[in-house]
Amino acid sequence: MSTKIDLSGRLSYVTGGARGIGRACVETLADAGSDVAFCSTLDQAILDDIAGEIAQKYSVSCVGIQCDVREPEQVKRAFKHVNKTFGRLDVLINNAGVMKSALLAMTTPDSIREMMDINVTGALLNLQLASKLMARKQRGSIINLSSIVGRVGSEGQVAYSASKAAILGATTSAAKELAPMGIRVNAIAPGFVDTDLLNGFDAEAKDAVVKSIKMNRIGQPQDVANVALFLASDLSSYLTGEVIGVDGGMLI
Amino acid sequence: MEFDENKLRTVFADALGIPEADVIPSLEYNTIPQWDSLAHMRLVAEIEDAFDIMIDSDDLIDMSSFAISIDIVRKYVNED
Repeated sequence: MSTKIDLSGRLSYVTGGARGIGRACVETLADAGSDVAFCSTLDQAILDDIAGEIAQKYSVSCVGIQCDVREPEQVKRAFKHVNKTFGRLDVLINNAGVMKSALLAMTTPDSIREMMDINVTGALLNLQLASKLMARKQRGSIINLSSIVGRVGSEGQVAYSASKAAILGATTSAAKELAPMGIRVNAIAPGFVDTDLLNGFDAEAKDAVVKSIKMNRIGQPQDVANVALFLASDLSSYLTGEVIGVDGGMLI
Repeated sequence: MEFDENKLRTVFADALGIPEADVIPSLEYNTIPQWDSLAHMRLVAEIEDAFDIMIDSDDLIDMSSFAISIDIVRKYVNED
């Protein structure tokens, strides 16, 4: 039996959706027929171009919203925009994030605050408002982007790992709280994925990581987006509070 | 949209599963079994949907009676 995932009539919202894993999620959800809204801190004109491109390519409605996920008022405005435009919310991909690597002794307070503000506070604000919109229809799927380092840690990424571990706690707690309202909350923990976040890695460092991946390759944003699609769809309708590693076997 | 107290009363009655006649200004959160924390979240979702507003978490916590809810919802409807 083959099952084509069809998200027609659904509305998905992706934070940090202009590039990297977020962009792959936007395109994958649109390809499955979902209308899509996404936010980013890029200029509104750029977001409008991306949204227009996606709407045309996949024949869905798509809007880009400029929003800094750290700012409660901006997040609220973004959700109001989504609600006014589409009148519903079925899927949240809580993806916006930042990674700054540094040895513990060299990690600055500003760097810690920035990662906690964006990766944790931003994710919680979006989780909160998305769940309120989803509660109106008594259904929805929230997918939080954590990281393999949130599960097993990584030298030189103490603050980043802490922020991504926080997402795991938020995921299981929110899953428990929101399940009676028909809202599922799961997390994806990507391994080493080829995005802008890896710009700081030189070829030698990348080679070293690839050697630790059982599948012998760096992951692509599409690898993560495919799992996000599954979690967004009704194929995962009895699955909540789970963390799915998308890491090519780094943990086995 | 104009604020309509009777509409809010209907939303309360539907969300909490109680007769409209029981939705009086002195009705308070956690004083009847039907208005517990889970019902409060459902109630807020129904109010937001009915009045097309988004209530801040501070106000959501303050909505501890029907009387206070009237003031809070009216504020959001008027500012939209």
